[in-house]
Amino acid sequence: MGRLSVSGSRFYLFCVFLVYPLLHNWVYSFFDFKLSNLNEASFVGLDNYRRVFQDPVFWISVRNILIYGVISVPGQMILGFAAAYALNRADLWSKLFRTLYFLPVITSWVVASLIFTFIVTDQGLLNYLIVDVFHLADERIGWLSDPWKAMIVLSMLGIWKGVGWAMVIYLAALQGVPKDLYESADLDGCGPLQRIWHITLPSIRSTNFFIQIMLIIGAFNVFTSVFLITKGGPLHQTEVMLTWMYQKAFTEYDLGYASALSYVFALLIALLTAIQFKWNRSN
Amino acid sequence: MKMVYRIIKMVVLTAGAVISVYPLLFMLTTALQPSTLLFEYPPKLLPSQLTGANFAEAWTSQNFSIYMGNSVMVTAASFLLIFVLSSMLAFAYSRFRFAGKSLTFAMLMGALVIPGLTLVIPQFMLIRSLGLFDSYWGLITVYTASAIPFTTFLLKGFFDTITKEIDESVSIDCGGSFRLFLSVILPLSKPAFVPVTIFNALTIWEEFPWALTIINDPLKRTLPIALANFQGQYTTQWGIVFAGSLIALLPVILLFVFLQRYFIAGITAGAVKG
Repeated sequence: MGRLSVSGSRFYLFCVFLVYPLLHNWVYSFFDFKLSNLNEASFVGLDNYRRVFQDPVFWISVRNILIYGVISVPGQMILGFAAAYALNRADLWSKLFRTLYFLPVITSWVVASLIFTFIVTDQGLLNYLIVDVFHLADERIGWLSDPWKAMIVLSMLGIWKGVGWAMVIYLAALQGVPKDLYESADLDGCGPLQRIWHITLPSIRSTNFFIQIMLIIGAFNVFTSVFLITKGGPLHQTEVMLTWMYQKAFTEYDLGYASALSYVFALLIALLTAIQFKWNRSN
Repeated sequence: MKMVYRIIKMVVLTAGAVISVYPLLFMLTTALQPSTLLFEYPPKLLPSQLTGANFAEAWTSQNFSIYMGNSVMVTAASFLLIFVLSSMLAFAYSRFRFAGKSLTFAMLMGALVIPGLTLVIPQFMLIRSLGLFDSYWGLITVYTASAIPFTTFLLKGFFDTITKEIDESVSIDCGGSFRLFLSVILPLSKPAFVPVTIFNALTIWEEFPWALTIINDPLKRTLPIALANFQGQYTTQWGIVFAGSLIALLPVILLFVFLQRYFIAGITAGAVKG
């Protein structure tokens, strides 16, 4: 987004044309606005926002996004980096592995969600591997009947699908690390881990930050996998922000409330991104 | 020591590859098995009997030929609109001076940073009042509108790098701006067009929430919502669900195989869109 920086006068235009539509849309969130009463929606002030903060499912959805983010973002970054670091060469094997790791990225969210649903059913592949092949548990696990396990399944899907993407971005960055830095490190007798810690990671800091920002925004926008795999259940326990907003808007047609929800979500993402930028600058 | 390190690395890389690819292979073997064998426990890691029956049923009696047609049409129409509108917009912003240039460009870039989720409800209201609910145009218009800012931004950036000396040589040869655009700028911009087109096509091909929101008529479904609905309706017919999934994935995989370099460039560039 750095390239989008605008000069002073443009900044005001930017505000006018960015903020105005958002405000216009924002108006919805102050009305008791349902598909059944479009023409007689009544002004309710901050009532929808008050409802958001008193809504237990809203807080569950925030909790679930945090779980999902805390597992899937570092998971994708660490594995993506490891893959890129190991495969940063031009031989045939590396190319083959890179292609294989990228396949989940080109699998759509819908198809990936269907595959995972099938794998985690009671008599599915995952329970078979855990119980009958590796004997890690005595009986089959109900992956989707418990909210914590279900969130883990969803996070694993996020990692499975995202590692290849992180790997490709890291690979591009690794190609920019000057070779002579590694050579001088070898002369100083650095081990492989020290090489990564002292040379590679500092050289790709901006890429690292970019990936982190993108993945966190992506985590907040998770929708399809939750919608298809757990449907937010059992009893709304695995609801995330977008599935809850979608439920309110297009199942219950409570559009005013859903608008308020969407603004609170957008604000949370903006806030989190701003904090990260600030943190990054001060380091 | 170095040998041990190399062996460990190979083992870990192979394990990663198995985890990445096996779920996809499992989908393939499930789709290729006769449906009677699907609910045996333990699940078969490799198929014992092969059949194309699931594909045939998905394609014909489960209407996947229709859904494929819908998806192709919506993606192609959106692609065409995005291509024409974005390339011309980018050309204008790159080469012309006109009143309101910086203002309108700022608007366009503003649309880039609005989080998509705040737009679903207003878009829904808009499409409803335009009478486009439950129609292909309801998909095409929104897909096109969502893709234009990013595509234009990327293409303008590329057009700007094409030297203006070419412009002068074309006008000396008495070609107009349109000629310059059509026979010089466009052909030179292939390295920018191909990745962004792949990114847009893939995004539209896979788009799920919006199509789910506005398409009601079962025969107007695109592939993603057809698959999701199908799984909801017949949870037991996994063979057909996965045959349908593979039908939906096939064009993507073909693109990936033949245009791998551009494909990865497109997905990488698309990340900036956020």
